[in-house]
Parts: sequence; structure tokens; C-alpha cells
Amino acid sequence: MAASVLRLIYPGRRWALAWIDGGSRQRSGTQTGPASNWARGQSSVAQLSLHTAQKPRKGEHKWAAVVGLEIHVQISSNSKLFSGAQVCFAAPPNSLVSFFDASLPGTLPVLNRRCVEAAVMTGLALNCHINKKSSFDRKHYFYADLPAGYQITQQRLPIAANGHLTYSVYMGKKRSQMATKTVRIKQIQLEQDSGKSLHDDLRSQTLIDLNRAGVGLLEVVLEPDLCCGEEAAIAVRELQMILQALGTSQANMAEGQLRVDANISVHHPGEPLGVRTEVKNLNSLRFLAKAIDYEIQRQITELESGGEILNETRSFDYKLGCTVPMRDKEGKQDYRFMPEPNLPPLVLYDATSLPADADSQQVVNIDELRDMLPELPSTTRERLVEQYGILPEHSFTLLNEVGLLEFFQSVIKETRAEPKKVTNWVLNTLLYYLKQQNLAVSESPVTPAALAELLDLLDSKAISSSAAKQVFEELWKGDGKTAAQIVSEQQLELMQDREALEQLCQATMDSHPQVVMDVRNRNPKAINKLIGLVRRASLSRADPTLIKEILEKKLSL
Amino acid sequence: MWARALRVRFRTPLDRGRGFASKAGPQEKVQETGQGTHSPRLALQGADRVPAAKIEHLERLALVNFGSREAVARLEKAIAFADQLHAVDTDGVEPLESVLEDRCLYLRSDNVAEGNCTEELLRNSHHVVEEYFVAPPGNISLPDMVNKTPSPTAE
Repeated sequence: MAASVLRLIYPGRRWALAWIDGGSRQRSGTQTGPASNWARGQSSVAQLSLHTAQKPRKGEHKWAAVVGLEIHVQISSNSKLFSGAQVCFAAPPNSLVSFFDASLPGTLPVLNRRCVEAAVMTGLALNCHINKKSSFDRKHYFYADLPAGYQITQQRLPIAANGHLTYSVYMGKKRSQMATKTVRIKQIQLEQDSGKSLHDDLRSQTLIDLNRAGVGLLEVVLEPDLCCGEEAAIAVRELQMILQALGTSQANMAEGQLRVDANISVHHPGEPLGVRTEVKNLNSLRFLAKAIDYEIQRQITELESGGEILNETRSFDYKLGCTVPMRDKEGKQDYRFMPEPNLPPLVLYDATSLPADADSQQVVNIDELRDMLPELPSTTRERLVEQYGILPEHSFTLLNEVGLLEFFQSVIKETRAEPKKVTNWVLNTLLYYLKQQNLAVSESPVTPAALAELLDLLDSKAISSSAAKQVFEELWKGDGKTAAQIVSEQQLELMQDREALEQLCQATMDSHPQVVMDVRNRNPKAINKLIGLVRRASLSRADPTLIKEILEKKLSL
Repeated sequence: MWARALRVRFRTPLDRGRGFASKAGPQEKVQETGQGTHSPRLALQGADRVPAAKIEHLERLALVNFGSREAVARLEKAIAFADQLHAVDTDGVEPLESVLEDRCLYLRSDNVAEGNCTEELLRNSHHVVEEYFVAPPGNISLPDMVNKTPSPTAE
């Protein structure tokens, strides 16, 4: 276990990642500009710890935090894991429930092939060993939204195990410092989701909706290789993108398709691990990072003031920004695991073990699925860097924001402008506007085609880059005008007529004799001032390099 | 499961033939039941009474009310009955998980074929609000727990 020393203690090594909150569909908080709330949140943590770091007490040990995650991922499938009821978010209550999901007597589980394939694909993408034989178990607990009184899961022999997930973090202010990190994956197991409870405190009752009961989940168990909230959030974001690339889950945290439980403890490096707490049901990346960092700090404070950490389950109160003890867990909860008697072991095949007379409908072939794996995010990034010559961190941003890569590629396809110019416009201008108004890429009023047209005008030097910004602002208003129409209506095209420009230069020189004098007296700033004056006189329609050339000629510099 | 159940039945007479004292471990004491069955009766030390605190905890978890001393006694009897399994020597025996162990696990294609039977399902519940089942408040967070003891429901 290589737990690196808690980062909070080193305020100088702030992690500056070009992070754009994954859930751009989540309209929480007020985001202004491309700098995310989260980065700001981090810096405030860093400031907090600056205080402690500046006056280290003698004999004080450093603390290291150890974070492990359990991630529940809802499989993207038409029907549930063991029944033919539909999987759909926000349907009328109890409309997507089969007799099996309601646990009526006499019903039996029938495994959904799609869920098995999704598990195998996810396991392969996460470098896991796929178990050719896995089995199902019952995990018992009492909860009203679990009508059978047990959940079918894979405790003893999961479908996939021993994998790893690689993710990248940027360190320091210089973007060049990029670190690749790995978190080991203990196992991936197939299991059922539970129903949903709505607590009506007023009438002291609980309303139960079983639509979600029995939906296929992948539980991805990470080894405790993470050391802070931010790292955990980045690892989960990477996993989320892999799942979305695979199509095995939509992994939308706002709709509960990806939920995270975090196990957290702190200890002094070199000493045994501390008692851990579990923070349950973290359903946004921002809260995940916040909850973990809060819990680490709480444990350190508790231990330093002579207290002790209880092995307990806590939940994150996002309004208060702290974790609170959650469930009554006096005594160890006994899940009474037992083999699921209604399901024989799940056997998977590969090219070598495939029986000749096998019914293809009944066979899941690991090798076949491996061949069908789509391009994964890490490969996509490498390809972008290679194909378009963009910076690695730009490739991260393009993938981080939902739909941005598709937008970028559509623009590239339709424009003559260089990829670097496109990257610049997409990542700076477009993303800035989107963030300002809290819009998803798909909601952008400027279409890829419109931006491509604008960049063509810019590329052919028909307009200046400041005019292009103006055109973009017009396009953003979305009144259906094309870039060319806006350019001609507002007379934004660059002055192509050299004679007219020369006249304009002459007129400007005539009306500003003092500036001309300064230029002649070799004041280096004066020429720029003169260029600026000519540009203003041209209503920003003149090319500054051309103006400079004419002026220099006229002033015979 | 079958195999194990059979073992219990068949082994007991054999053991009896060899004598109890040699076989019974330190905590297990196999006795004659005197109830006319061949299954052994096992008295685990300290397992015959369930402490009141444990009963309370179980009641809260399961949202049931044992209600009377009689019901608790029935629970204790059930535990004692199940504890007989501990008398079986399973050393070196691969557990049988399912009688279907050697069968292929049937895989269903991912089609929607069930559901849309809200009304029928809700007919099983004697308390319904709109299209929801109604349950008593279950495992709620600690601060809320103080004023709310779950009302007795299922027996």
C-alpha cells in the first residue's frame, strides 16, 4: 500500500487540473468561466492547511489518508438483471415492476445476457481477469425497498477481478507536470439494484417505488490506493468516461446511474492503517471530493485532540458541507451471505474453451467481446494529440466535457482552419460562453457548422480575429444569421483595398502630429499607438500587420 | 442441500453406534431428542436464551414485533433447531450450492416482456398511497430515531 502523504499538508503543491465538472448537465451552483468551482474549493482547502503548515509543532507526525471506493454503476440495458421489466429513469411509480422484482412467491431469476456482456466488457476495459466461472450469492438485509429481504450479488466469485484503472493528474501551475497514476481494482460484481424509498416524516411512513428494484448494477471495488478527494474524483471521472465509451452505462451521476461509497482512514506513514469510516451515496464528483477531504480533516482533528475514530457509516450533508453519522450499525451487520440456490454458476467461454455445438444465444465469448471493445478515452486522447498536434491537457478537456469532442471534430471536418485554431476557439471561446450560461455543449446556440464558417472567414483573412469575436457574439444570440451575413451587415470584413487603407493611415497621421513626432523620436510605444488609432478609424476592419507596414513605409522607418 | 440433509440423517445412527463421547466436540453435545425423530438435538452453550437487547435490535431491523414471551421462546426454539447443523462434520466436503450446479445458466435476451402491472401488484398491499407501497419508516438516521419507534406491523 503506497499511500502518498496527504496533499493538504503541502499547500505549495496545489493540483491545478484543467477540470470541468463532469456533470455539465447538472445545473448546481453558479459557475463562472472555465475555472471550475471545484478548483476554487481546492484552493480554499489549501489555504486552510497553509495555516497548519506554517507553524509545524515539534514532534508532529505527518498524516497520510487512505481512500478506497466502492462504485455502483447502473448497467445500460433495456430490461432488468433477472426479469423482463423495463429499465427507465423517472417512470410512473411501480410501473416497471415484474412479479419477480416484487418478490412474489414462485418467481425465479432469469439472467439478462446483456448485463453479463456489459460486465465482461467493463472488466476487460479495466484490465481485469475475467473469471470463466462466477457465481451468485444472496446478501440479506432488511429494508423496505428490498422486497425479497436479500440482494442477489457476487460475493465469493465475482465475474471480474484484479484490474487497474489509470488516470492522469496535472500537478503544479505548469501544465507540463503531468502525472499518471494507477488505482487497483479488486473486483467487479454483478448485482441487483434496490427500489427507492421516499420518507414522509410528517406522517411517519415510507413510500416505496420498486421501478429500480432489480436493475442490473456493476459494483466496482477499488483497492485503497487513493489519497485525497480530488484524486478520487479524477479516478471516478475516468471510470465514468470509460463506461460511457463502452456504452455499458450512461453513468450519469445526477440520475443515480453512478453512485460512490468511500472508505476513508488516516494514519501516520509507517504505522498500521487507522480505523476507517464509510461515507455513503456520493452522487456528484464535486461532493465526492468535498466529502472525502472533509472526512480526512475530521479524522485528523479528532485524533489530534485525543479522540478516536469509530468504524461507522456516515453520509455527506451537501448543504452543511460535512459528514454526519448515518445508519444505526450497532454491532456488526451480518449479511448472512449464502449461495443463490436458484442460479447455477455463470460460465463464460473464450476461443479455446468454446464448445463446437454451443448455442450462440447461450454463449458469452470473452474473446469476441474483447475484439468488439471501442476506443477507450486514453487512446482517444493519444490519437487527438497525434492527429491534430494539440496539447495533452487540451485532449483531456475535450473529453471531459460531454459532447465537446464531437463538436470539435465536426468543426474540424468543415473548416479549412488549422486544428490548433479550432482547439483555441472551442476550448476558450465556446467553452467560456457555455460555462457562463451553464449550458451543455448540446445546448450551444452556435452550431459546429456556424463556427466552421466563422473560422473559414478568419482563416482566409476576410475578417480580423477581434471581428471574429464580435461575429461569434452575434452568432451566440442565435437569430439564425450566418457568419457571412453578420459580417456583411455589420461591415466587419477586413479592408482589402490597400489604397483606402493608405488614405486612412495618412488621415490619422495628419490628425495626430504629436504621435507621429514620438514615432520619429524612436519612442517604441508610439508606433503601436498609431496602429491602434488607424484600427479604430477603420472600425477594427484593418489588418494590424498591414497597417504597420504602410505606416512604416510612410514614416520611412 | 439435499446431500447435506441426508448426511445428517444417516450419520447420526452411525455415530450413535460408535458412541457419543468419542465424537462430540467440546461445545457440542448430541442428545437423544425423544421426539420420535432421527435428527440429533443439539444444545449449544449459551444459545438457548436470546438477550432482550438482541431481540430489540432484531425487532428494529426487521420491523417486526415479537410481542410476547411466547414468540421469543418460539424464536429461541427455531435457533436451536437450526443450530443442529453445527453437529454435522463437513470437513473436506465441497459445499453443494445448488442442485442445478451442473446445468447451464440460461441467458435471456435483453427484451422488455414484463411490467405494467402496477394495479395487480398494489392489490397485495393493504396500505397504498397513489401508486406507492407504504411501509413504516425503516432504518432512519440516528438523530431522527429518538422519537420514532417503528410501529408493529408484520408478524
